[in-house]
Amino acid sequence: MGETITFWVLAVVSVSAALGLVFSRKAVYSALMLGAVMLSLAVLYAVQDAPFLAAVQIIVYTGAVMMLFLFVLMLVGVDSSDSLVETIKGQRFWAMIAGFGFAALVALAVGNIALSPSAGLTEATAQAGGNVPAIAELIFTRHVFAFEVASALLITAALAAMVLAHRERTRPKPTQKVLARARFLGDHPSPLPGPGTYARNNAVDMPALLPDGSVSELSVNRVIARHDVEEDRLPEDPKLAEAIRQAVEEESK
Amino acid sequence: MTTHYLVLSVLLFTIGAVGVLIRRNAIVAFMCVELMLNACNLALVTFARQHGNLDGQIIAFFVMVVAAAEVVVGLAIIVTIFRTRRSASIDDANLLKY
Repeated sequence: MGETITFWVLAVVSVSAALGLVFSRKAVYSALMLGAVMLSLAVLYAVQDAPFLAAVQIIVYTGAVMMLFLFVLMLVGVDSSDSLVETIKGQRFWAMIAGFGFAALVALAVGNIALSPSAGLTEATAQAGGNVPAIAELIFTRHVFAFEVASALLITAALAAMVLAHRERTRPKPTQKVLARARFLGDHPSPLPGPGTYARNNAVDMPALLPDGSVSELSVNRVIARHDVEEDRLPEDPKLAEAIRQAVEEESK
Repeated sequence: MTTHYLVLSVLLFTIGAVGVLIRRNAIVAFMCVELMLNACNLALVTFARQHGNLDGQIIAFFVMVVAAAEVVVGLAIIVTIFRTRRSASIDDANLLKY
């Protein structure tokens, strides 16, 4: 009875989290949803006589893999959202159809087989004295070759990540002299205006006013400006609102 | 109960597959691949209990090892592509097409 309740609660949680993973707009939400799916699967493993796998699932997946995903998301940029342009016509529609078809086929196949009552793992683990000793015995006897190959694979993966992530410097490191020269040859020898300078309000989302009273678009923080436009929090002054909107447009170009 | 677990695993696998097909962000597509691997692990653990045999759990363990290695290399590739092309969209990496 307890297992049935656990299963139904976690099935609902994991399927809705998986749907959220696929359909949420922001990549960070997708990562959180994936974390929810992995945690509920860990509990399902624990319920199904696999305490070792439940622990490994939490340590490896929710601990290491999810952290890696989040770090890369931060490196690549959280706001790198999906483009909605379909390169193949009707791809989304046909992908959905294929998904429904696949699910229906496999679910029918699973529903058609008659299964004997589940054998349970008490007998298999009793001899070694518990789940972890039994798994250890199998890994280090019958599957020892696969285990060694797995260690070789992990070393290869670590090396590959180091090689791929390493960046060779193709040009010399710019010195202070080079940087200063570039700055004076460019459009803005002076530092860029800070937000809120000369404005009536010194909040970071307020564009700076130049000494002649006009609005400086350079001072608008692009990320905050985009949020302002998306959530419709533009200031009442039409000049300021126009500057924020233009900053967002320039960024999207 | 075995059938219930198998149907759940099929559902999760299908959602992951559809996600790989419809999402353009490389990282999200990669997360969907992870979801498919997790669904397979659930089926393996279920079969292990059904047959009263620990081999299923051991295969699931090896799948986790391979998945960890795959995530490391895959994310490193995504970061490298992002560095050179400034984009994490799958559609932008199409230089080999022409």
